[in-house]
Amino acid sequence: MAAVEGLFTLDPDEPRLIGGRARSRGSYFFPKALAGSDPACLGDEIDEVLLSRTGELWSFTTGEYAPPAPYVIPGDEFEPYVVAAVRLAEENLVVLGQVIPGVSVDELSMGMEMELVIDVLYSDDEHDYLVWKWAPVAKNRNGEE
Amino acid sequence: MDEIAILGVGMHPWGKWGRNFAEYGVKAARDALSDAEVGWDEVQFVSGANSVRCGYPGYVSASTFANALGFTGCQLASSYAACASGATALSIARAQILSGVCDVALVVGAESTPKGFFAPNAGERHEDPDWLRFHLVGATNPTYFALYARRRMELYGDTSEDFAAVKVKNSRHGVFNPNARYTKEYDVDDIANSPMVADPLRLLEICATSDGGAALVVSSLEWAASRGVDNPVRVSGISTVSPTYPNSVIELPYLASDSWAAVGDETMTFKDNIASRAYEEASVSPDDLDFAEVYDLSSAYELDWYEHIGLCERGDAAKLLRAGDTSLGGRIPVNPSGGLGAFGEAVPAQAIAQVCEMVWQLRGEAGQRQVDGAKVGLSINHGMFGHGSSVICTR
Repeated sequence: MAAVEGLFTLDPDEPRLIGGRARSRGSYFFPKALAGSDPACLGDEIDEVLLSRTGELWSFTTGEYAPPAPYVIPGDEFEPYVVAAVRLAEENLVVLGQVIPGVSVDELSMGMEMELVIDVLYSDDEHDYLVWKWAPVAKNRNGEE
Repeated sequence: MDEIAILGVGMHPWGKWGRNFAEYGVKAARDALSDAEVGWDEVQFVSGANSVRCGYPGYVSASTFANALGFTGCQLASSYAACASGATALSIARAQILSGVCDVALVVGAESTPKGFFAPNAGERHEDPDWLRFHLVGATNPTYFALYARRRMELYGDTSEDFAAVKVKNSRHGVFNPNARYTKEYDVDDIANSPMVADPLRLLEICATSDGGAALVVSSLEWAASRGVDNPVRVSGISTVSPTYPNSVIELPYLASDSWAAVGDETMTFKDNIASRAYEEASVSPDDLDFAEVYDLSSAYELDWYEHIGLCERGDAAKLLRAGDTSLGGRIPVNPSGGLGAFGEAVPAQAIAQVCEMVWQLRGEAGQRQVDGAKVGLSINHGMFGHGSSVICTR
């Protein structure tokens, strides 16, 4: 199940972030609930839209130390992770996310094409809690072959 | 913009003691009153910068401080704007003074901080960006600092050595500051040997969380003159602006930037606008500055500020640093106090501490960290979620 409902779809092949789009103005938002930030949208209808699945890597970093709650450490021991900020192709919107495990910063470079995948954030006895993550397109698609 | 006078400043040294935050605020307030030669019973208004980490007394900081100093029936306001709280509290005091509600006011901020990363408030809140970024991404504050640092490397060719050099510079300044928490002079190797926290930033390059308190006694220029103070340090401009849509930079604590699909302009960012407003109010330009106190949440972040406050064109900040322009003795010293690198961050006190440093500099009382002949100083920072904070002081 989604770690938080309403932010992304769980389509196994083509997962997407769920954003908002101002009907007449055309600006995009993620999450949709933050649609207030464009003053020209005051009174505009905000439609729910699925955002682009791919984009260019805007920047990236690592988390070498365990973050505090509400981050849930998956597994028994904290493992460092990589975080990416990806500029969505169509919306010109930069979105954060963890990078799929197994990708190091040495494999990343600015402007690289990234795509959205669904991965496990953490698990308990009953469920896997799912989240979106970013994967380098080249590596991800190679992995499928 | 009409100006007000800063009659006195005071600080409780920064550190990590875990004591009641009100103690730090009271110490700072007493020092500021003494520095101003103003009695507590003369203060007509207290503007408190709140803490969200010290329980209910932190949310009503003005009454907490006033109570600890002794209730006199003065007027109170308590405000919170994250790291911008101090500038916001000063702006409220200025408004009270300039509107004639009071003649003399005390501005105080203090905090006692837990160890480690700042974390969101307890509870599960799916609409709170601060909660979401921790839960879904594990994005701590250093995550954002590191994303900006990496962009500098990619876009402008800045190096890890440049970032380390910022910390080295600020540590050299901090050695001379009795209120700083870290007074060790670091070299580039010390930084390179400290643990990586958020690539490319290492532990010594990331601002710590600190305890501390800072206070200002401010008044109308007329009231200052009535006390025989004819040439006080003056608050000439304060900026507390919000971002302007669309902001193409992904700001703390959001999961996404604004979209500039509909507007198509990504040239001016939030942080440029913070400085612009302060310059406009004070009728000064970057060329008029003698020094600046900027919010070096990370070593690399200090370089961003050089560009946002107009010390150089975008991308040229490391050149200024490498030339020694921003060191004490250079053309435009930045963070003569030692900055956050030497202090760590005591959120509601920090913007006030920046103003304390400006006052000492403009009075020529900064000792070995004195910027010669300083007449105009600027401080700048921003509060998470989009609170601008900049103060220009002149003398």
